Amino acid sequence: MRFDIDEIRGLFPVLHQEVHGRPLVYFDNAATTQKPKAVIEALSKYYQHDNSNIHRGAHTLADRATRYYEETREAIRDFINAKESAEVIFTKGTTESINLVAKTFGNRFIGKDDEILISTMEHHSNIVPWQMLCEEKGAHLKVIPITEEGEIIWDEFEKLLSPKTKLVSIVHASNALGTINPVKKIIEAAHNVGAKVLLDGAQSTSHLEIDVQDLDCDFLAFSAHKLYGPTGLGILYGKRELLEAIPPFLGGGEMIKEVTFEKTTYNEIPFKFEAGTPNIADVIAFKEALEFINSWGKTQIKKHEDELLAYANELTKDIKGFIPVGTAAEKVAVLSFNINGMHPFDVGQMLDARGIAVRTGHHCTQPLMHRFGIEGTVRASFAVYNTKSEIENLAEGIARIARIKNK
Amino acid sequence: MSSIAAIQDEIVSEFEILGDDRESTIFYIMELGGNLADFPKEEQKDENLIKGCQSKVWLIAKEENGKVRYLADSNTDITKGLISLLIRVLDNRTPEEILSADLNFIDRIGMGNLIGSQRSNGLAAMIKQMKFYALAFQTKLNA
Repeated sequence: MRFDIDEIRGLFPVLHQEVHGRPLVYFDNAATTQKPKAVIEALSKYYQHDNSNIHRGAHTLADRATRYYEETREAIRDFINAKESAEVIFTKGTTESINLVAKTFGNRFIGKDDEILISTMEHHSNIVPWQMLCEEKGAHLKVIPITEEGEIIWDEFEKLLSPKTKLVSIVHASNALGTINPVKKIIEAAHNVGAKVLLDGAQSTSHLEIDVQDLDCDFLAFSAHKLYGPTGLGILYGKRELLEAIPPFLGGGEMIKEVTFEKTTYNEIPFKFEAGTPNIADVIAFKEALEFINSWGKTQIKKHEDELLAYANELTKDIKGFIPVGTAAEKVAVLSFNINGMHPFDVGQMLDARGIAVRTGHHCTQPLMHRFGIEGTVRASFAVYNTKSEIENLAEGIARIARIKNK
Repeated sequence: MSSIAAIQDEIVSEFEILGDDRESTIFYIMELGGNLADFPKEEQKDENLIKGCQSKVWLIAKEENGKVRYLADSNTDITKGLISLLIRVLDNRTPEEILSADLNFIDRIGMGNLIGSQRSNGLAAMIKQMKFYALAFQTKLNA
């Protein structure tokens, strides 16, 4: 489909409202994206027509709900080009996906004095689970340093890699800076020392083409709600041989093959990792979000977002007092910045007065903020439905705010 | 010195001049922060921080001729503006006046809608702490 911004905006009901008497400009997409009408309607349709618990139902509704649920799994498989849909596991979100790997893979494969590598730009969700694991196992967490621009220092990464490295868990695209990490190279280098790689794809999957077979990552974690889908739904991709080799995460219904009081045998993947009644409605509705993305194509989406970011950079670069944070050569559409002499929270509130929604603070990346010696940033993050005139509005707002302290 | 009620009326009419222009109103609140008296650097310590504020707010108070004198500071300009309004209303008054003050200007300005829920919670925490100081001085003065 030819890229048509008006048509795309027409698909998102929430965008058509005023905030404080001004048209809403939604630039908080890295926190969560808005949902197209098809997703909202699918949720409603499910509860009105199809609601039923899935798997093992002898009746028509259960059969229908199961079919729709599994169709989403297949759509995700296709979206990330996994070999088979059994490698796609539903979770609550990226955070749970990473914790699942930490508890299961970590339990089985990480031992005393083993090393786990992460980078300075990780979200707390990709730091804390590994700290907990390291504490439990007597393993060590090593951190890849970054440059002033917000890029991984390759030589330092290579120096940290060793036969002790059992896992590299790294963000594909940074939520706070936008940096796209050279993950294919990272994965290859990690595999060369025998380490497995988990990719935190929370911020990359909506912007970049993802092919897990080409990347050869061992795990990929991401969230539906940052991909125009519902909240409360995450995905963990894992290679079959790994998923089979690791123990289950939670115990309960669905994940078993047979239970006796003496012994329980576990179900096949992916069900082994999906204990309890899952988030059926949101899974089913998520398929519509994927179809929305596929219908426009990531190539066009990325091109549009890149143009927005380039335009934002162009309009802000000469504003006196404007300090960009994260200027990597390869970025997703995130403009993170500070204004000299001003607190990010104040800047965010002043932009809100213009109807512009941004996020302010440490973005759950406190170690990264420490690296730059700042408390936080203002982050404007762009999505497929944003426009150049919205960027102009943002730049005008920033210029007006910056003048207060930078005459 | 005008009564607490009169000062609140003054503040409300100043905000009324700004009308519905939200951006100008927030700029104005920030400017008000500039009215705060200098806060001693050495008092910017954790024990003077007000709990419940997302931004950092330091508040100290002393008793002077039976009246409470406040000094406050913050790391954000909007918050500074908010404190400056509270100080304008409550500073240099007796503990009794402070404790019985009905701070209706906040609702009359529509401050909650203007600054959002996080800062509103912070503002409530500031008022609580200011009244707490007044109560402590009242107890001391009556002892």
